[in-house]
Amino acid sequence: MAEFLMPTLGSDMTEGTLVEWKKKVGDRVVKGEIIAEVDTEKAAIDVESFHAGVIERLIVKPGERVPVGTVMAIIREEGTQSTPAVQAPASPSPLLTVSPKEPVSSLSPAPPPVAAQDTEPGRLRISPAARKLAAELGVDPAAVQGTGPGGAITLDDIQREARTRRQQRAAPAVLAGETGERQARMRQTIAAAMARSKREIPHYYLSTTIDMGRAMIWLKEENLKRPVTDRLIYGVLLIKAVALALRQVPELNALWKETAAIRSPDIHVGVAVSLRQGGLVAPAIHDTDKRSLGELMTSFQDVVKRARAGTLRGSELSDPTITVTSLGEQGVETVFGVIYPPQVALIGFGKLVERPWVIEGQVVSRPVVTATLSADHRVTDGHRGGVFLSVIDRLLQEPGQL
Amino acid sequence: MNRPLTPDEIRQTVLRLLGEIAPEADVTGLNPGVSFRDQLDLDSMDFLNLVIMIHKTFGVEIPEADYPKYGTLNGCMEQLSGKQAT
Repeated sequence: MAEFLMPTLGSDMTEGTLVEWKKKVGDRVVKGEIIAEVDTEKAAIDVESFHAGVIERLIVKPGERVPVGTVMAIIREEGTQSTPAVQAPASPSPLLTVSPKEPVSSLSPAPPPVAAQDTEPGRLRISPAARKLAAELGVDPAAVQGTGPGGAITLDDIQREARTRRQQRAAPAVLAGETGERQARMRQTIAAAMARSKREIPHYYLSTTIDMGRAMIWLKEENLKRPVTDRLIYGVLLIKAVALALRQVPELNALWKETAAIRSPDIHVGVAVSLRQGGLVAPAIHDTDKRSLGELMTSFQDVVKRARAGTLRGSELSDPTITVTSLGEQGVETVFGVIYPPQVALIGFGKLVERPWVIEGQVVSRPVVTATLSADHRVTDGHRGGVFLSVIDRLLQEPGQL
Repeated sequence: MNRPLTPDEIRQTVLRLLGEIAPEADVTGLNPGVSFRDQLDLDSMDFLNLVIMIHKTFGVEIPEADYPKYGTLNGCMEQLSGKQAT
């Protein structure tokens, strides 16, 4: 038997809401097949199975919000017998039940019943402990809706009210409706990840200016050979160069686990995609280094389209081993990025600009781009970071080899 | 042979394609002489997708060198006027 768990789609995700099952009990699934849609703080995500077999049990119901790691379903792997008498591992209680497709308004767990101390009509039903906590947190008990027996105000009610107030203070301009709520949650998610990054990761930054003259000439000639549907954009050259450079500086292709960085055997470049309604996601293009430029272009178009349509897959959000971001189209020349934990590096590209460039003593005009590395100093030193940037530069001088 | 598209048909079709790329935008209020990128915050991927959609919808070949000509509604109208309906 295999367990299908609520996945973690990024270090900042702590829980998710099952929107719907794509399979029913008895259905056969193959590895990599989408079996559930999960609503995270950032988007609704299609989640794949990591096991092949037959759906034995669907434990979590649509609308239930559960912590990361919760067993959501049991998959009977090929060649094993159905064991209906076997109990599935205990699933944590759902934190909140909402109708599918509806925004989540609270993340608070259902409070356990507690004995109310004050029971006289007209008086608040609140335990001394809850009253003390309310005073500590600056919460007015009269403004709290009790959920305990007989409407008693519990410790959890006080904590929920305090949390709600903090969120309201942090996001005073929350927009109305589902889109606004999702935007607000995404902003909070990004805020948490970036705050964690700056708190825990000692960043260092290096930059280099790269002559893109050869690459742009090669790209122009290459696109002349391609039909309009298969043409490349120059960003694909940058992504591929980063992926190939990671083969030579693999310590930057790693994830931080508790006390050390673990190198990833695979190179999954996450590409930062800004969303039209605000915020961003950085889905992985799996095995970036192994794809041809044409394949990479197709995958890049696909993830950008699905990121903006809200149909990314879980593995695309959980698997990036490094992030590439480009703000050149916004006119930015140099990007000083914040590493997305648990990754240990991020590379940013600025605007492609014409600049005077000296070649063999002659000043000529060349298209150049500034590449900036943000890296985790716990994992690498400036020397290796510098080697990484120089490898990217060298690769972009031989675009036909990408 | 199909009849040539009218200017209004071209305009409506281009606006429909833009609406598919930027569904949150009100494309009916576009200034026809100002670039799509500036008005709709399109990036290079969006613009490439627009070119591909125009190519497929109108059946026209678009060399990369001509991309800038499709950057505004007026430009699209100029490039596509007289093309055959597909």
